[in-house]
This record gives sequence, structure tokens and C-alpha cells, in this order.
Amino acid sequence: MGLDTYRIEMEDVVKSFGGIHALGGVTFRAKAGEIHALVGENGAGKSTLMKILSGAYQKDAGIIRIDGKEVDISTPKRGRELGIGIVYQEFELAPDITVAENIFLDKLSHSFGVVNWKELHRRAKEIIDSLGFHINPQTVTGDLPVASQQIVEIAKALAFHAKILILDEPTAVLSDNEVAKLFETLIKLKSAGVCIIYISHRMQEIFQIADTITTLRDGSVTGSMPREAAKIDDIIELMIGGRLGAMFPKRDVTLGEEVLRVENLSGPPKFSDVSFSLRRGEVLGIAGLVGSGRTEVLRAVFGGDGRQSGQVWLRGQAIHIRTPHTGVRHGIALVPENRKDQGLVIDKPISENMTMAALRKVLGALGVILFQKEDALAKDLCGRLSVKAGDVRDSVNSLSGGNQQKVVLAKWFNTECDVILLDEPTRGVDVGAKTEIYRLINEFAAEGLGVVFVSSEMPEIIGMCDRALVMAKGAVMGQLKKEDLSEANILRLAVGGGVQ
Amino acid sequence: MMNRETNGPGTSERRGAAALFSKFPLRKMIPVITLALLLSASIALSSSFLTPMNIFNLLRQNAGLAIVSMGMLMVILTGGIDLSVGSMVALGAVLVATFSTTMGLPVLLSIVLTTMLLMVLGACAAYFVSFRRMAPFVVTLAVMTVARGAAFMISQGKPINLKPTNPLIRFGKGSFLNLPQTQSQQTFFAVPYPVWAALAVFVVVMLVLRYTSFGRLIRAVGSNESAVRLSGIRVGAYKFSVYVLSAGCCALGGVISASRAAVGSAQFGEGLELDAIAAVVIGGASLTGGSGTALNTLMGVLILGLIGNIMNLMNIPSYPQQIIKGAIIILAALLQSSKRKDTL
Repeated sequence: MGLDTYRIEMEDVVKSFGGIHALGGVTFRAKAGEIHALVGENGAGKSTLMKILSGAYQKDAGIIRIDGKEVDISTPKRGRELGIGIVYQEFELAPDITVAENIFLDKLSHSFGVVNWKELHRRAKEIIDSLGFHINPQTVTGDLPVASQQIVEIAKALAFHAKILILDEPTAVLSDNEVAKLFETLIKLKSAGVCIIYISHRMQEIFQIADTITTLRDGSVTGSMPREAAKIDDIIELMIGGRLGAMFPKRDVTLGEEVLRVENLSGPPKFSDVSFSLRRGEVLGIAGLVGSGRTEVLRAVFGGDGRQSGQVWLRGQAIHIRTPHTGVRHGIALVPENRKDQGLVIDKPISENMTMAALRKVLGALGVILFQKEDALAKDLCGRLSVKAGDVRDSVNSLSGGNQQKVVLAKWFNTECDVILLDEPTRGVDVGAKTEIYRLINEFAAEGLGVVFVSSEMPEIIGMCDRALVMAKGAVMGQLKKEDLSEANILRLAVGGGVQ
Repeated sequence: MMNRETNGPGTSERRGAAALFSKFPLRKMIPVITLALLLSASIALSSSFLTPMNIFNLLRQNAGLAIVSMGMLMVILTGGIDLSVGSMVALGAVLVATFSTTMGLPVLLSIVLTTMLLMVLGACAAYFVSFRRMAPFVVTLAVMTVARGAAFMISQGKPINLKPTNPLIRFGKGSFLNLPQTQSQQTFFAVPYPVWAALAVFVVVMLVLRYTSFGRLIRAVGSNESAVRLSGIRVGAYKFSVYVLSAGCCALGGVISASRAAVGSAQFGEGLELDAIAAVVIGGASLTGGSGTALNTLMGVLILGLIGNIMNLMNIPSYPQQIIKGAIIILAALLQSSKRKDTL
């Protein structure tokens, strides 16, 4: 393969949405048999560029060539015919049908309703096996853990022999050993000549796997270089243009009395016998692989999942929480794992979302909403949390991912909560917004709240927490003090070993 | 799904450029435009359209539907559906006639008792929907047959005539400020009582939906139930109350039906649930919940009523009328849905 033969050439691609320039003349080239990382903050234009390449969006101007030939990718179907497979950040699988059906969804609709199921299952298994995973193709997709669903997504993209594979944040929901497996697969695909475009926020992974790194900022390419020539600081600089602050802001809080104690909490079959205590001003991490029961523990404490056994003490009093309503009334707040499905009413205004948990504060007589008061409150919160919003009455939909997440956090600022449970609060959020979310967590702690912080990113746990539990298979494997927090120790516990 | 990449930096830019369009988005204007077009067409097509008698007949005929549609709107906003409204109206009419005629109770007491009984029945449906998490379609379908059956049982299959002295008859047929009694002299000041009742219900529902936490939260429940629940709000209570309120609206609708016809019959309200749903949908509400307004629903009612009225004036027989009505409903819904694609 010559140096100047590119599998993909996108030249001067322009795209705007109703007057906003999402892409202002982007030129992007990637070779066959390489893993090309595309990095940039949320809103930089990565996803837009890839949606144009896959046919989901139409470019306003520019040229796209595949293997040197100019192509017109007018629909996602045309994109697939050209060998372009894309795995979106948000899953696009149908939850109620089987894995095999999802993988071949496209083909199912072309076979006149007659399906050779045996053949279909065999081929689905073949593809999944080739990825190095074991998933029964006859499982109903929605029953699989998120990580396995991600693999099904990739299998689906590969089902029609893609020669270009686009992955948008593929590791966001994967645990470390699953990431390692995925990387093996990617390297296999790469040596088979597939051109892989890899979008991610995780620098470590990019430096581990990418051959070439291209940075985008505000709809333009700011740099492109082979990995060997790249330094992490330079990349971040190119991404954010000199806006990098301290990643983990320092917190100086003296711990107060115990605010939450959980004893022998069990919610079979997801977790059992979980005990921990939390003091005011403390940030307690819960680390572990995806599916280790962390989310379920938080939900159980909050009352999100109904019945479970065990005992919860809040401010020294035994409490029984069966519903989120009682959880909130007792002063427990939850920032759920999935902001779009659980955290936000996405088509409603920012102000409405911000006051949802404390609507009482903006109500007058007869339950009438005092809109001016609400707007003022929301504006104040936008200022305090640096939410970049045009108008507080705009829908949350109009915000970037990081700002949306801040709205979920803002919701609890006006409640009198004593404990806040954070489930992956920085998932799918750009570097700048992450730092701001860390700052907010510190603010919660400084105000005397107890914070429980679930995260799959170990640097976060290490950087932010005073103490961390490590969970595996629904049980607490161990507890690490601040000075013992290291990736090696967390990982050892997470896979079931002991601390050294 | 909105693309996150597009909306970070330039949101304010868009606000400037398309401010005019976003202030009056076409989708939200469709009910008004349709209504205006239909009105103009009606005036042009028939000289007898714009007379006080015709207009008030039109409004009087649709007062019950308007009230029932307000209840339906609240249910639909939560993402539910209430198929029982037609039968509930019949049951309401039969009950109020029984109480005030057969049992000889005072009219006001009869109305209160009717409303309470229907709300209890509504509460049964509400319980299964909100606390047993059953599908609203199924539960209200069951209540639909229960209510109809009860109406037939209570009336023993025969219409119950109101006594000529029953004040309900004056309510159904009379109008406020109706000084001259002859119909030829009727003026536009003489708004019929049922229309006042519908107007009152509309105003209350509109204010509640627009300005109160209740209105906001039932919409939010329809948009994303789990986000609302995880904000510590008792979603079940909100879902419960909309079915009860819808039943209350049906009671009022039943009273109006009985008072207009001077009779309570178990055959009232056949297919009314479909008209109410159609009115809400023509008014641009989403059947999956979360969006819709009282004003637009009222316009939906008027659109449906106008279609019927003008076809009557033009002497179109009733069977073709149904087909034309169906076509117009599809058209209205089509216009709304085609506009939604803007967001991509």
C-alpha cells in the first residue's frame, strides 16, 4: 500500500445546522489498516463528521473519496453498501429481539420474510466469536449487560464486511478487561486491512491503540500526527486550546460525623451483603467493573428499586426507603447513570429540570409556579455551575453533554439533601466539563454532604475520593484508604484478588 | 435524536437567525390555521352558517365533547389513554337522570352524586394503571364495557325521561342573557349554559396546565417518567389523578348530554372516546405524552365540530361524512408529524 493511498479522504467538508457551523471545512484522511483516533471536546464536530461519512447526515459542501473514488453517501444504506460501519455512542439496538436478529436486522428485511434461523444464528455466533467474546446469539438483547450490548453493536457493524469501522466512544461502558479484549479485536481487524476510526475522550486508550491521532476543535481540524510523535499534553492543548486547568481540584474538608450507614444491604440477584458508612464532607468511591452491582447499590439506598433487605441509617436513625420519593424526603439525592433516560426530561426547559426535585421552592398559592422566581433560581444555578446556556427556558436538548450533566447535578442544589449518590457523573463528558463536575463534587463535600461516587474510570476514583469500596459480582471485595488508592490495588480487588 | 455535536457552541446564533420562526413554529400553528381555513370555508359555503342559531347549536352540541376532551388531554399528557369516556358519559347521564327523576333527589345533589360515583369508578381504573402498572389501554377498555353495562343495568335498557319541570332541561336548552325567548331573535349574547360550562372547564384546565406544578409534572411524567420518579416525585399519584379527573369531566359531559336531550340514555356517547382522542391529536398533542395544550385541544374540538356542521349544512349524508372526517383527521395528524422531522 503506497503512502498516498487513503481509504477515506474527506476534503473541505462543511456542515451547518440552522445557521450554526458544525463543521467549517474539515479535511480528514485515514488509511486502510490503521486505527485513527479522532479526538476533541463535545461539540467539536467529531460525531457530525462521522455521521456525514456514514450517510446519516448530508454534507453542505466538500468531497468524500473512498479508495480514491469520489462517492456520494446519500443514506446510511448507501454508506453500508460502501463498507462503512458505525457504532454510535448511544445504542441503536432493538432491546426486545435477539442478538442475532439485531446483528442482521438489515438483511432480515430483505429476505421476503423467510429466514433461515439456524444459518442466521450460526453466522451471528461466528462474528461474535471472531471478536473474542462469547454471547449466545439467541439471547434477547435487552437482557444483556451494557458491555455485551456494545459488542453486539460492533458485530452488527461488521456483519456486512465493513472496510471502514467507526467507533464513537466504544469503551464508555466497558470495564478494563473488556476494553483489553476489544483492543485485541481492533488490532485483529486492523491487520485484516480495516480502517478504524476511533472516537474517544480517554487519552490513555488512544495512546495505547491509535496509529494516528487527529484533533478537532470547534468544527476544524487543529492537528493530525502519528502517535509516536504525539504527546498527551500537546493533544489536550490542541483539543481545548489552552484551557486546561487542574484535572482534580484539591479539596480541603474536615470530615464530620457519620451521615449514612448501610448494613448488610442485599438486593438479589444483583448484590448482597453490602455494608459501608459515610461521613459528612467525605467522598466515598465505589469502583468495580461494569455489572458489579454498583448502580444497584446506589439505587437501593435511594429507593429506586423497591424492596431489598438490610438496614440503612441516616443521621443515626434507621430508615426504610422504598421509593425515590421517600429517599428524597429523607435527604438522599441520586444522579443516575444515564442522564438522558433517567436524569433529565430532555425536551423540557433547563429551568424546569433544575427545579424538579425542589419544585416547592418556586410555588405560590394553589400550586402556581412563580416563573420569575424559577428563572432567577435557574439563572443563578447556571452561573454557579457554569452551565453554558442561551436561555434557561431552552430545552435541555439544546445543551452539550457536559452541560446537560451539570443540569442533573443542579437539580439537587436546592434540596436539603445530606447524601448525594453519583453514578458515573462524568460519563461521555468532555475534559473541561469533567473538571467542573469534580469541582462541584468538592463543593457538595465542602457543604457537609456525604458523597458516594461510582465511576469506571480509576483515575477519577483515585483523584477524587477519600476512600473507596471495590465491588465485584455484587459484593464488596474490599475497602481502600486514600493512601492505598492505586489502579493496581483497585484492579486486584475488582477481579477478585487481595490488596498487596 | 438531537446530535450533541451541533448544539454546544452556536445555540445563541441560531436564536438570532431563526427567532421569528422559532417564535411561531409552523407545527404549533397548524390547529389555528386549520380552524381558520375551515371557518372561512364554512362562511363561504353556506349562508346559514354565520347565524347565532347555527353557531350556538354547533357550540352546544360540542360542549360535552370539549369537556371530555379536556380530561382526555390530561390523561394523554401523562402518556396514557382513556377509552372509557364514551361509556362514562352514558353512565353519567343515566345516573343523573335516575337520581333526579326516579329517586326525586334535588338536581344539584344528583349532579354531585353522579360525579362522585364516576370518579370512584375512574379511581379504580387509575389504581390499576398507576399502582399495578397495567397498560392504560387495557384497563380503560375494561372500564369502558363495565360503565356501559352499568348504564344499561341502571336504566333497565330504557331511556329515563326527565320531568318537564326538571331544572336540568332549562340548563341544557337555555342560555345566559337569553332575554327574548323566540329563537329567531336570538343574538350572539345568548351563550347557552352548556357552552359556559365547557368554557369554564377549559379555562380551569388551561390555567392548571400552564401555571401549576400539577400541569407541569403530568407533562413531565409523559416525557420521561423515570427521570421524574428519580427526582423524588410520586409519579403514581399524578398518573392516578388524571384518570380520576377525566372521570369527573365525563360526569359533567353526561349531565350536559342528559340535560340537552331531556333524557338519560345508556346509548349516549357511543364512539365519543374516539372523537375526544381525535380532538386531542388534531390539537397537536403527542399520543406518547409530554406535549399538548388545552387551547389546541379546544381548537381540535371545534375543528371536528365544524367539519360535521358544515357538512350538515351542505346536506351531505352522514355516512360519507364519517369518511371525510376520517380523512381530515389523518391530514391533520400528518401535518403535525411531518414537522417533527425538523429536529434532526
